[in-house]
Amino acid sequence: MTFAKHLKYNILFLFALVFFGNILAEKNNTKETEKEFNVSEMIMHHIKDAHEWHLWGPEHGGTSIYLPVILFDNGLKTFNSGNFYHGAIVEQKDSITGEVSEYYLGKGPAAGYALCHEEIYILHEGKLEFKEGHPHNVQPYDFSITKNVVSLFFGTFLVLVLMLSVASFYKKNGAVAPKGLAKFIEPLILLVQDEIAYTNINHNKYKKFVPFLLTVFFFIITNNLLGMIPLLPGGANLTGNITVTLFLATLTLLITVFSGNKNYWRHIFATPGVPIPILIIMVPIEIIGIFTKPIALMIRLFANITAGHIIILALISIIFINKSLAWGALSVPMALFISVLELLVAFLQAYLFTMLSALFIGAAVEEDHH
Amino acid sequence: MDLIKPDLGLLFWTGLVFCLLLFLLAKFAWKPILNAVNARGQKIQEALDLAEKTRAEMQLLQAENDKIIKEARAERDLIVKDAKETATKMIEDAKTKSKIEADKIVEGARTSILMEKNAAIAELKTQVAGISLSIAEKIVRQELSSDEKQKSLANKLADDVNMN
Repeated sequence: MTFAKHLKYNILFLFALVFFGNILAEKNNTKETEKEFNVSEMIMHHIKDAHEWHLWGPEHGGTSIYLPVILFDNGLKTFNSGNFYHGAIVEQKDSITGEVSEYYLGKGPAAGYALCHEEIYILHEGKLEFKEGHPHNVQPYDFSITKNVVSLFFGTFLVLVLMLSVASFYKKNGAVAPKGLAKFIEPLILLVQDEIAYTNINHNKYKKFVPFLLTVFFFIITNNLLGMIPLLPGGANLTGNITVTLFLATLTLLITVFSGNKNYWRHIFATPGVPIPILIIMVPIEIIGIFTKPIALMIRLFANITAGHIIILALISIIFINKSLAWGALSVPMALFISVLELLVAFLQAYLFTMLSALFIGAAVEEDHH
Repeated sequence: MDLIKPDLGLLFWTGLVFCLLLFLLAKFAWKPILNAVNARGQKIQEALDLAEKTRAEMQLLQAENDKIIKEARAERDLIVKDAKETATKMIEDAKTKSKIEADKIVEGARTSILMEKNAAIAELKTQVAGISLSIAEKIVRQELSSDEKQKSLANKLADDVNMN
């Protein structure tokens, strides 16, 4: 009873401990010599998820916020990711390709695990076994609060705060002309409701899908824009992460499939007016079509946002590749141009994702016109 | 390949957080916002409709007013025309009547003048007859004043009768 009563506080305390216990732990690793600047490694490191939030300084031994690791491996295990980043760095040479891979050996509570390319592996006989440059060890279920998860929390929190304050304006003032924040948000809400949902979905049914479309739109645009901010809490590549776009596209797929009416399914399995021999070819294509549409959604958002991050980072990297500040005269205006373009892309991709979702849902609930 | 490999942990957190966000926003944000915005839209539409209706009504009223004014004008014209006609007729009548009256008066006057004249003539005749008689009497008296005269007269008269 007492435990249950305090469970909430215990969990909070646990999170606080993991979160802030090792924050801003600076490590002065003097042995770290300046390596050759590797552009692709730096860019990949930035656009991928991580168990730390790197702030400044060199990759090993810079200033980072170490995020909590949550593993399911014969029970729940939680510890701070600093236990990896502060652990020993092992360099292992692949016996066939000769490629050198390095990974962190976990220490303290992370003992028995290793972190290689931001993936956690269970050590086998105290080491990782590489095949063709990739570890082949067993991976525990990793539910860590990674950089993307923190970004996800922050973005979601931001959307919630913004929308609830807009909602409170309308609750307080009733049906009046918008003021302040509501004035800024309302056109976007109306864009989704009138231009996206109403135009693409059957006029009798569109209302049901508006909350989903609105949430997707604001979720994507907020996280797209947060990704454009190079500093904490921005800078994570959340909407350029295939997992996130996969989830959003899956939602669209599920809504499409489950709200599909008789007319929709008949057009897939027995398109009216098509002879049976052609149907034999048509039906598999139509079935593939159900999946290719959300897959296109997933890839479009992922590729656009990731590409934007890559271009900006690559342009900035020109300075570091040439080791001359003078190149900044070229790379900074170009990066600025791309950044401005990315602001447009951030909106455009959110709009496109929502628009196409509405289009697919609209096709699924379309009434028979024949 | 790492880039396009979905991550279980992130999928879990994304799913959890997004579904929570969807639920919270749908319940506490989208519903009041859309209700208010759509109610306002409806209110504006109603106001516009009302304005349109009022304008149509105004137009109808204006047309009616115009019609009434036109009718009133026509009626006025008619009345004026009637009045003019009546007046003319009245004047005409009066004229006729007065002429008849005048004629009548003139006729009366004429008749009475004639009567007076006749009476005067009659009186004159009577007086003249009287005077003549007295003159004749005087003459006769004179004629018959002597015997000779009586004899000559008687002869003369007898001559007159003989001649016949």
